[in-house]
Amino acid sequence: MKRLLLAATAATLVGLSAAAPASAAEIRYASAGDIYGLDPHSMTDSFSINFLQHIYEPLVRYSKDLKIEPALAERWEAVQPDVVRYHLRQGVKFHDGAAFTADDVVVSLKRATHEKSPIKGNLPALKDVVKIDDFTVDLHLTGPTPLLNNFLTNMSIFDAGWLEANNAVEPVNAQQGEEGFTTRNANGTGPFKLESRRPDAQTVLLANEDWWDTPQHNLTKIIHTPIGSDATRVAALLSGEIDIIVPSPLQDAGRIANSAGVKVLEAPGLRTIMMGFNIKDELNDGDVEGNPFQNPAVRKAVYQAINMDLIRDRIMRGKSRNAGALVAPEVPGFDAAVNERFAHDLEAAKAALAEAGYPNGFQFNMNCPNDAYVNDEEICQAMAAMLAQAGLKPKLVTEARTLHFQKALAGQADLFMLGWATLPMLDGYSVLSAMLHSPDDKLGTWNPGGYVNAKLDELTEQVDVELDEEKRRALMVEAFAIARDEVAWLPLHQQPLSWATRDNVHVEQTADDLLRLWYAKVD
Amino acid sequence: MATLAARLRSFTAGDLFYSFRRSRTTVLATTVLALMMLGALLAPLVAPHDPFDIASLSLLDSELPPAWMEGSNPAYWLGTDTQARDVFSSILYGLRISLFVGAASVLLAAVLGVFLGLVGGYFGGLLDAVIMRVADVLLSFPAILVALLINGVLRGILPAGQQESAALIVLVLSIGLTNWVQYARTVRGSTLVERQREYVQAARTIGVGSLRIMRAHILPNVLGPVLVIATINLGMAVLTEATLSFLGVGMPATMPSLGTLIRVGNEYLFSGIWWVVIFPSATLAILVLAVNLLGDWLRDALNPKLR
Repeated sequence: MKRLLLAATAATLVGLSAAAPASAAEIRYASAGDIYGLDPHSMTDSFSINFLQHIYEPLVRYSKDLKIEPALAERWEAVQPDVVRYHLRQGVKFHDGAAFTADDVVVSLKRATHEKSPIKGNLPALKDVVKIDDFTVDLHLTGPTPLLNNFLTNMSIFDAGWLEANNAVEPVNAQQGEEGFTTRNANGTGPFKLESRRPDAQTVLLANEDWWDTPQHNLTKIIHTPIGSDATRVAALLSGEIDIIVPSPLQDAGRIANSAGVKVLEAPGLRTIMMGFNIKDELNDGDVEGNPFQNPAVRKAVYQAINMDLIRDRIMRGKSRNAGALVAPEVPGFDAAVNERFAHDLEAAKAALAEAGYPNGFQFNMNCPNDAYVNDEEICQAMAAMLAQAGLKPKLVTEARTLHFQKALAGQADLFMLGWATLPMLDGYSVLSAMLHSPDDKLGTWNPGGYVNAKLDELTEQVDVELDEEKRRALMVEAFAIARDEVAWLPLHQQPLSWATRDNVHVEQTADDLLRLWYAKVD
Repeated sequence: MATLAARLRSFTAGDLFYSFRRSRTTVLATTVLALMMLGALLAPLVAPHDPFDIASLSLLDSELPPAWMEGSNPAYWLGTDTQARDVFSSILYGLRISLFVGAASVLLAAVLGVFLGLVGGYFGGLLDAVIMRVADVLLSFPAILVALLINGVLRGILPAGQQESAALIVLVLSIGLTNWVQYARTVRGSTLVERQREYVQAARTIGVGSLRIMRAHILPNVLGPVLVIATINLGMAVLTEATLSFLGVGMPATMPSLGTLIRVGNEYLFSGIWWVVIFPSATLAILVLAVNLLGDWLRDALNPKLR
């Protein structure tokens, strides 16, 4: 019996090691979480939408250096300031063989902006879509929309006939647990087509032989597996079970770099991590009258009490990029002078607090996620310690992202963490409109602290309709300079992108931290 | 005083103490357990640093290796973690929280479960059906979900300012009220068997009351498995506490329990700072092992059939 067991174990081991190298053009990819479903109109999650762009395509897409390039639309022109005409690519076929026409664009864009659609906010300016002929459509807008193409990169095109035949023209909201035919079935025009999917376990895609574009990849098959635990994901890469992991934990970079056959890919990312203040009349969990955070000098004291160099060197292992502006250098609206951080100065912070009338500090609650950003919980703990050294009394709560963002959005946190990559717009307007404009029913959706500045509101509204690129940028820089001086938000850093692959895998690491396997090559 | 001395003498002369002394592993387990409890209880006196005093932490001291390795600082003999907390002090303070939550919730679950199981198994009928259906419902959900539910309800009841200070009690209640089902089921099963035995029948015939029968006759005979479950559950309770803390409904991140230390350290398994996960894990393993050994011995020593 013992010998039998031994033989069986040996056989399993041999089997495992034999399974290690993937066949040339197959790639096994592990991410931290699974996609929300197969319908790209059913979620605002940029990871899921990007994954689904292997199957579905938009009218225009981002290239590997994040520039807009034609996809299903070949070219476009403004007919009037608020009407843009798109000329569609001819000869494109959906995976089921149906031809791509203007009807598909009309139905898809209407579906995406349907009042029940969770992504309707990603194309707020669209009034109507009108078919001119089989390969021309006009987009009617509420006004001049400089970012129209940026918005459209997120709008996947479905086959109208397929949606109608399967009773799926109405959108579903996957983030609220809704399901429809499109949640489990997919039929796009993209470089890959769906082979099979088991939610939370495995999604398999096959290369689309009839893709209209010239493939820059050499893959035949993508096998995607979500692996939640950092250590397990790294172990799977090291053991040869997986070819690429996104993300790769920062703390394991050294270990991976020193292992044979695997490599780490690192680059500064787009996502700026920052802390938001509650600026309403009362603190949620304070021990003083009123709200000290209403005073910009107090906000600046909090800013100066935090030593970002130390956090970068220790917790981020030297790989983050400290930020003074609310957008990354790659994003329009960035300005080097605005990106200059206020120096870390504990004494100045203490003095400023004393001068503001809080020589003994004050208490407030501090909320952070523990599974949303790179080392988020560690950063917050370190910051809490630094604030305590300045005499403040932060009450830190770290929790799962769903709870954290719910609480932060409801205004129940006095100091809260938020990361903003400006996706899908890739433009400073994203920050201005969502986080700096005073909250109303359309703008200021991520300004739960209630920060109001009339000048910023005015600038934001000007940026929205300014078609001259130079002027737009100047307006945005002006706005971000005000936000910096007022410490409307407390910027921390851009978190690093960290991926790891086997040596024979070549991918393009784009600054938005999204893996585009249509550029991947496997030797 | 005299009676106390007499009691102590009769205990040391009794069967129980004899069997305890004879079993070396049990003595060892008890010593280890006692040391851990002492360390945890006296943490503020024993520990060289106070890891809960966040103002005293400086990131400059983070990730120092244990004292015997190169680049260490002798002030931190088991090294420091990513937040510059002294690992040894964190373990002592963490043990304090974990032991309290673990022991109190296991006790709560055991008392509740044994009582309900005994009553249900002994009286049967509608009462039994109700208790067991409630148990079935609880069992059909993952334990962590039930714990979250209880936690949510308790936090809803508490006023906003009290939540942090009541975090420990809320944890004990939510874990304890989730885990009683296993005890109830086990005890009910054994009670059903024992109830039919001759000695119970005999006691009943001579007119002994139900309560007394349950307490004096059935309880000692069904307690064996309870002790085994309790010892296993202690470890589970410590881990459940870590999970709840991870979800943000347990202890705050600035006051890590042993389970939280392990959960956080787990992310650094491949990164070379092994001491942040090995030492807390080893402590938990030794703790659970010691409790298990003690439980094993207690089961044998108390089992009337083996006496």
